[in-house]
Amino acid sequence: MRRFYKTTLTAAALLAALAIGNLAAEKMMSVSVKETPLRATPTFLGRIVTVLQYTDRVEVLEERSGWARVSLSGAQSAQSVQGWVHMSALSTKNIVLLAGDSNVQQSASSGEVALAGKGFNEQVEAEYKQQNNLDYTMVDRMEQFTVSIEEILLFVEEGALTLDEGGAQ
Amino acid sequence: MNRLIRMLLVAGSLVLLADCTSTGTLNILSAALGGGGGMSDEEKAEAVVKSARAVAKSFEDITPEQEYYIGRAVGAVVLDRYRPHTNQKANHYLNVLGRTLSLVSDRPETFGGYHFFILDSEEINAFATPSGLIFVSLGMLRCASSEDAVAAILAHEIGHIELKHGLKAIKTSRITTALTSAALTGVAVAGSNEMAELTTAFEDSITDITSTMINSGYSRSSELQADKSAVRILQAAGYNPWALVEMLEVMEQRLQPGGLDFAKTHPKPELRIREIEKTLTGIEKNQPVYPQRQSRYRSVLGEL
Repeated sequence: MRRFYKTTLTAAALLAALAIGNLAAEKMMSVSVKETPLRATPTFLGRIVTVLQYTDRVEVLEERSGWARVSLSGAQSAQSVQGWVHMSALSTKNIVLLAGDSNVQQSASSGEVALAGKGFNEQVEAEYKQQNNLDYTMVDRMEQFTVSIEEILLFVEEGALTLDEGGAQ
Repeated sequence: MNRLIRMLLVAGSLVLLADCTSTGTLNILSAALGGGGGMSDEEKAEAVVKSARAVAKSFEDITPEQEYYIGRAVGAVVLDRYRPHTNQKANHYLNVLGRTLSLVSDRPETFGGYHFFILDSEEINAFATPSGLIFVSLGMLRCASSEDAVAAILAHEIGHIELKHGLKAIKTSRITTALTSAALTGVAVAGSNEMAELTTAFEDSITDITSTMINSGYSRSSELQADKSAVRILQAAGYNPWALVEMLEVMEQRLQPGGLDFAKTHPKPELRIREIEKTLTGIEKNQPVYPQRQSRYRSVLGEL
């Protein structure tokens, strides 16, 4: 019986160690917005290195006042790309596109994994729109209102404004 | 032996709570339970999943992608009730100004980004939907007399988005349906029961938000929090945060008691001013007016 308890304790300790080990290891985050620029410096004025896409998985190397220096491992190339991305575009949840793996589906319920395109999604919107006879034309038009960073810079300069990026969540 | 399994399950749920990669954990647990006997692999996995499922769902579990679809629907409801003002120049100015403010907020990035639209209404009103759609009425814009004052309106609305006040208005039961139902497992296809259940939860969520935002208003503390965010955003962008007080003073004069707009959904301007002034000590009220800022404001919004 004593041996039995010993085994149990060892197993529990092992599990705890695994958990701690995982936490101490690399910090992975997912891009949680449609797309976001990866910049050379931690500012919206930084040169764009590449554009990160929704569900891209990145390793966080450093955090600085709302920005994260991350590394993106390319699926096609062996080389990884590094740069800065604003933390508000990242999620600690692993956002995955395919829900084929039953383990992934089950862990989605635990909240640590989020399934892209599931839950309230395009199909639900279509059903809702139809049932309520709602017109989305103007919402779609509104989403087309875009402003370039160059335009913002000019606006800031002409208006004697600042871009004092604070914003740490 | 049952006791062993129970202990391992407890340890397992602790790991699940602490770990970021639960898929891996499930496998580890499965392996650890291998010698346990009695239960099949599926049963073990299911038991672990059940303990994880017990974790309550809240607005924080809504992903930015789902927030985006919620925001679009709320936006569609707003645009169903109000006609948009189609002056392109004015809308563009509002978008440049608003986007600039969003960059210095705590949440510059949302799933679909920030977009601003003027509503062709004499009501004194403004709405922010989850994920970044912001509406301001002509009546509200007419209360402003400077770019700083318009910035104050937009900064307050960005504050609501940053603080997720819209999502907080959704009843927990809808979120639980959306995040734990079969919807997540990918079987929600058109015409299925899961899809019907999900659409109902979606519809109810939208009603929760619109009835709060348009009819009853957010709580007093939410409004005061949004004012605090606004002050921070205005300062970070180089605007005079006293412009928020100036806006509220004008609104105080113009809001009709019993009106169906801001008068109904927001705390009295007087109360808000008192709270805002506490955060403005040491900041000069009468700051110089920048001629270029004022002239661009006048040329675009001055004649609305």
